[in-house]
Amino acid sequence: MSNKPRIKVPATNKVGDVIEVKTLISHVMETGFRKGSDGNLVPRNIINTFTATFGGKEVVKVDLSSGVSANPYISFKFKVPGPGDLELTWIDDSGAKTVEKVAIAVG
Amino acid sequence: MTQRMKLEVVDRRDFLVGATAASALATLLAMHGTAFAQEKPPTFQETLDKILGGKKAEEAKITIELPEIAENGNTVPYTVTVDNPMTDADYVKSLHILSSGNPSPNIASYYFSPLAGQAFASSRMRLAKTQDIYAVAELSNGNFLVGKRTVKVTIGGCGG
Repeated sequence: MSNKPRIKVPATNKVGDVIEVKTLISHVMETGFRKGSDGNLVPRNIINTFTATFGGKEVVKVDLSSGVSANPYISFKFKVPGPGDLELTWIDDSGAKTVEKVAIAVG
Repeated sequence: MTQRMKLEVVDRRDFLVGATAASALATLLAMHGTAFAQEKPPTFQETLDKILGGKKAEEAKITIELPEIAENGNTVPYTVTVDNPMTDADYVKSLHILSSGNPSPNIASYYFSPLAGQAFASSRMRLAKTQDIYAVAELSNGNFLVGKRTVKVTIGGCGG
């Protein structure tokens, strides 16, 4: 989880709008079902949890499994209650945590 | 002198190409044999039963968008939406995306709050082979909805 995730939200929003938030993060999403060149199973390392909160309240939480493609693209809807920051968190099997904030502009 | 240097470069490149191909082949072969040999993940039916907890799911109100034919099983885009008002009184609590033919049936589980505004899930999944994709939604009143969609996979996404 080295690269900065890419996050896309509409530039302008109105209160009550249901907007789509698109996210993309670099991650190998190693399934744990695959053998490496040394013949041993490559240990599973996937992003297992994604959460989006706004003003401390959870909007959506996603439990990901090995069935999610590498470099997971996650998109969800969000009903804008007002201006503020949407906080997005990715956590992988190694415990690495990526947190990004994206401002939701209202006007 | 110049001649010799050139030859060396070609040799090394040939060697690298050969080595990469060999290791890719080894990985492919290894995958087939072991995908099911290790500790068994729960089956699709077990996973579905666990989510439903003995309740019946109504086949309605769920839209699953998937390609009819996925050429590359490594990354199959999907969008699942549930027709629901998403108010405090009536919203979709969770949405589970399940595969019937992958080594592990879970793809992803979404847990919504009414703040989401719409029960919508869009991502990309891996598919090992041609199979049915299920979406199971649990509503805030405890009822379940289910949707199903078949997708044909040309090249599996589990390396085999």
